[in-house]
Amino acid sequence: MSDYTTIVGLEVHVQLATASKLFCGCSTKFGAEPNTQTCPVCIGLPGTLPVMNRNAFQLALKTAVALNCEIPAYTKWDRKQYYYPDLPKNYQISQYDLPMSQHGYLDIGDPKGAFEPKRVRILRAHLEEDAGKSLHDEVAGKGDSLIDLNRTGTPLLEIVSEPDMRSPLEAKAFLTELKLLLTYIGVSDCNMQEGSLRVDANVNLHIDTAEGKVATPIIEIKNMNSFRAVERALEYEVGRQWCEWQETHRKLGDAPKQTRGWDDVAGVTRGQRSKEESSDYRYFPDPDLAPVTVGPQDAAAIRESLGELPAALRGRLESDFGLSAYDADVLVNQGSPVVTYFLDVAKFTGDPKAAANWVTQDVLRTLKESEHTIESLPVASSALAELIRKVKAGEVPSSRAREVFQTMVEKRVDVAAAMQSLGIAAVDEGELIALCQKLLAANPKTISDVRAGKLQAVGALIGQAKKQNPNVDPTRFRELCLELIEKAP
Amino acid sequence: MSISRRDNEKVALLGRLRLTEDELAIMTTELAQIVGYVDQLSEVDTDGIEPMAHAIEVANVFRADEVSPSLSREEALSNAPHRDERGYLVPAVLGE
Repeated sequence: MSDYTTIVGLEVHVQLATASKLFCGCSTKFGAEPNTQTCPVCIGLPGTLPVMNRNAFQLALKTAVALNCEIPAYTKWDRKQYYYPDLPKNYQISQYDLPMSQHGYLDIGDPKGAFEPKRVRILRAHLEEDAGKSLHDEVAGKGDSLIDLNRTGTPLLEIVSEPDMRSPLEAKAFLTELKLLLTYIGVSDCNMQEGSLRVDANVNLHIDTAEGKVATPIIEIKNMNSFRAVERALEYEVGRQWCEWQETHRKLGDAPKQTRGWDDVAGVTRGQRSKEESSDYRYFPDPDLAPVTVGPQDAAAIRESLGELPAALRGRLESDFGLSAYDADVLVNQGSPVVTYFLDVAKFTGDPKAAANWVTQDVLRTLKESEHTIESLPVASSALAELIRKVKAGEVPSSRAREVFQTMVEKRVDVAAAMQSLGIAAVDEGELIALCQKLLAANPKTISDVRAGKLQAVGALIGQAKKQNPNVDPTRFRELCLELIEKAP
Repeated sequence: MSISRRDNEKVALLGRLRLTEDELAIMTTELAQIVGYVDQLSEVDTDGIEPMAHAIEVANVFRADEVSPSLSREEALSNAPHRDERGYLVPAVLGE
């Protein structure tokens, strides 16, 4: 039995968040009726000329800088020729030999330690136009496909990684981190259902054999509609290639590069057309478009404007706020509005640990179980901070704090009103001591049990105390009982 | 540089052109002439000359990201050889 290493590289197409298309003024809004957002430029009528959308280029540049890419001083666009019904010009305006950015990286890690943190290199990121859409199912039975060209000409950034990932899990982590980064810098909504983020994966195996390392043919997988699907497709493909290797001993170069489509329901990949050689696209510079030059000061200005990126933010939450790597990861992965909420609660309470506990537990649970986003949550960061302060001051029993929070969410009220509606009033220390003494007097066996080392005997008294006064803070009550027992003659 | 019949067949395939035997023969001759004409450029000594990506010295031509009206669907589809009320119809694309 020989060993193998899984080699994965990813190609991600991200739709940039512009209002209009890359080379014309048609809207990029998703969901319009087919063929209502096209014009002579994007449907490739003769005599039209493309003009580059400045915002698209800026968003692409912003992404490239965030991905630590080098930004060449000079970049140009090329025509990639192929014939397909959803490509009206019969060429796609893309970038070939002088992409707008290259040689970057994205660091990935797993807070649970499922793999060692690693740097995935980015080969290049280039700006290109999207093709249209073929709607096959909707005209089923007619024997025709319906072509919708609304998407044609939408700006895409194609981000190509080096084959640096070594497992399906690492590939998923890369995509998750990439999406988070793109969302933080606001260049794309990354909505996979609407096609704003599309992923193709290249995978093969490096197998240790008696004759040394052998690589299996590289397979490109398409049609994956979620990050989970990418992970599953890769898992399937690794198994399939391993079996194929054992049967055929076919190596890289023995067959042309093959494309396989992922069938999410069946959980398998299926063979598609074999990949045309890259020279078959017959790229040449697009004479209709002027090249773009980028000065070092432009890239530096963009870097300045990026703000704090997820990786730096995680580091800051750990070092400045004492959060665990896990909590920092949970918070940052929720996106920047949740992080801002946490930072506010931490600032208002001066207790980042408590703030982190509340936000990662109750707040996130509430967001998950309700329709609320952090922006629409009825409990503002200042209100949560107030609740935390009251719990620490003993005004809200810690055992009932969660109830108070729920009430604040459901009834859209502040802490005081929530406490009132739950009948919570702070129990004064003297009252608590009196109750404790009364219960101890009535339960002498508890005293002897505790003295004999059975501390949990106090539990019965806590139950009775709560019956008499639901506002009793069980933690404080327990402490008092133990103190009184110790002091008692 | 010469253009073989095979080269021509490949170019026709990539361009999704179906050529008859006669057309293929004519195209092979004509394409060879075109390529031969352009090939004269290879006689020029280009050592030390920076490759040019564009014929005119202009860069950074942009437009603002503003939405302008699109064609009506009816207009957009008016040249389509085969269509229905919503879009262009093409022979079913298989193997996707």
